[in-house]
Amino acid sequence: MTGATERVHATSTGDAEVEASGLTRMFGGRRAVDGVDLSLRAGDCLALFGPNGAGKTTLLRMLAGLLKPSSGTARIGGVTLPGGEEVRAVVGLISHASMLYGALTARENVEFAARLHGVRDARTAAHVALERMRVLDRADAPVRSLSRGLQQRVSIARAMVHGPRVVLLDEPFTGLDATGAAALTAALTELRAHGATLILVTHNLGEGLALASHAAVMQAGRFVRVEPCDELDAAAYAATYRDLVTRGA
Amino acid sequence: MAPDARPGTLAAALLIARKDLAIEFRTRTAFFSAVVFALLAIVIFFFAWDPTAVTGMDLAPGVLWVIFTFAGLLGLNRSFSLELADRAIDALLGAPVPREAIYLGKALANVVFVGAVEAISIPAVALFYNTPFGGRWLAIAGVALLATIGLVAVGTLFSAMAVNTRLAELLLPMLSLPFFVPIVMPAAQATARLLSGRPVLEAANWLKILLAFDLVFVAACMMAFPFTIEE
Amino acid sequence: MTTQLTSDVHAPTAAGARRARSGISWWFVVAVLAVAATYIRAIYFTPLEAIQGPAQKIYYVHPTSAWVAFMAFGIVALASIGYLWLKDLKLDRVAESAAEVGVVFTSVTLVTGSLWGKPIWGTWWTWDARLTLTLFLWFIYVGYLVLRGAIEDREMRARYSAVLGILGALLIPFIHLSVYLFRTLHPMPIIGKPSRPSLPNEMLETFALAFVSFTILFIALFRARYHLAIARDELDAEDRG
Repeated sequence: MTGATERVHATSTGDAEVEASGLTRMFGGRRAVDGVDLSLRAGDCLALFGPNGAGKTTLLRMLAGLLKPSSGTARIGGVTLPGGEEVRAVVGLISHASMLYGALTARENVEFAARLHGVRDARTAAHVALERMRVLDRADAPVRSLSRGLQQRVSIARAMVHGPRVVLLDEPFTGLDATGAAALTAALTELRAHGATLILVTHNLGEGLALASHAAVMQAGRFVRVEPCDELDAAAYAATYRDLVTRGA
Repeated sequence: MAPDARPGTLAAALLIARKDLAIEFRTRTAFFSAVVFALLAIVIFFFAWDPTAVTGMDLAPGVLWVIFTFAGLLGLNRSFSLELADRAIDALLGAPVPREAIYLGKALANVVFVGAVEAISIPAVALFYNTPFGGRWLAIAGVALLATIGLVAVGTLFSAMAVNTRLAELLLPMLSLPFFVPIVMPAAQATARLLSGRPVLEAANWLKILLAFDLVFVAACMMAFPFTIEE
Repeated sequence: MTTQLTSDVHAPTAAGARRARSGISWWFVVAVLAVAATYIRAIYFTPLEAIQGPAQKIYYVHPTSAWVAFMAFGIVALASIGYLWLKDLKLDRVAESAAEVGVVFTSVTLVTGSLWGKPIWGTWWTWDARLTLTLFLWFIYVGYLVLRGAIEDREMRARYSAVLGILGALLIPFIHLSVYLFRTLHPMPIIGKPSRPSLPNEMLETFALAFVSFTILFIALFRARYHLAIARDELDAEDRG
């Protein structure tokens, strides 16, 4: 592995919605994210693959405004990191943890998120978000009484209720059944159609490639392989990816 | 969709406080534990008391304030642990609200929580120790409010820190109790003055140090809070 | 080879670690000599105090330890502010070293105060204003060290300790005020202390020597602890690779 970093180049025209240059994050002496370069336009979807510990979650948390970068620059939705509230207003984050309050109902959780983001009609927005994720019928039960898959759907509704321009998803398909996965895919497609930019971390190559406009592999904090999806053959990619990962970090 | 109007610090704090109280109201376990603990402690102190040596009037303020601090700690513990359960804290931190609003919101919810425990304990002490409050309720409530603000200001900050460590239940009291002393002492003294029917103004002198503590530590803790949650 | 960045403020430099492994520190030698000299002088070459007798001699150790204890906490507080401002781990190592040495001197202050009190006041403990303040300082130190011990993440440990260090410093004047107010309410036995201005010269000189030697001892212990902190951080950084 050389020291060269790979850059994701967007295919559509227009200003970059998500841009990063030399983005780095250190923990103690360890470089969890090591000089990532990125450029995505509105409507792009980057599928990010890579072994555990590659730094994908750290990268996402930085882009979501939860972690300050150690060095490098990034711009999300026109705001330079660390942009504080401005960045957080345009980003939605979905991760493996549900980020929900178990004692409250799905509706209450999503409404709370909507109000915190200043969504004008929080009740309606929450209703719409829950309906889009096909959980409206369980909206008034405490979240902890829902199955993991349903909780995940509520969590996705929570993350998208404020209409984020950039959505960061950390293995969102985990635990989703066919209905849930279909609902998520439909929601993401709709978001992209409205100009949102997505970064999707997943271990499921098939799902990732089906949704994405670009694919990248991250290893030891760096992008080691990037390409637009229309130039990709799924089977060949899967084989190369397996090789990359088994060769070791 | 209409353009969003992000809530300011106070509005966000109120949203968060309401959310915390809604959760507590839904489960009620922490509240009941704190109240039962307080009542049990009141009873135990009663049985450990020699009424020929100390009058109820003398004992009550001390008992009251010792109980408030420990019952308060029970409530403060849950303040941030509910956020960590499913990483709900990440959603809160990911929202476009100032960090101070998170602190303020949680502190407000804690004041209500501890205040509710106090509202039950005070009449219980009056009952069990035969110390009639003789119309001094309002003044004593005022003392309790000032002291509670101080307890909660420090306790909320320390619970945010303790919850991220291995020894959360031990650390919270260990860190907080030294800070509670400049609160409990004036509060107990003022309560004692009020209970024994002394002029309200005498008690008011003690409140000056309480007020000073509140001002200094609410400000200091609010400024320190972002350091405990940002990475 | 792990990349070693010159601007990496987290991992200590190899040079610093080498200093830590060097031989006997001169500070220690001087400190031990100075403290020994103080003791010898205090016991053999300083006159007995008329009222208190030999027990008074512990008083050469007591306020000097207290001085070091509080000064060390001042260092903790300043280093804490500095860390939150500059995020330089060196400052956190300063704070942790000062705290560990400070807590020892605080314990010494409390114990010597108690030992002195028994023959003089007839009791092992009174709520003397200064001793009570020292007791609270001890509690703050212990809380600080326990907090540090309970956090694995290096950066979080530094951040949280810094917050506690600053708040602890803010607390001290409030404790002082509380104890003062409390004692005006509950008059306690007036403590007869050797009032310094009227001390004969030999006693004053011994005092001065004690203050200097204890300060040198603090510096020696602090430096040793600081180098230990550097070595430990370097080892941890290597482990994580």
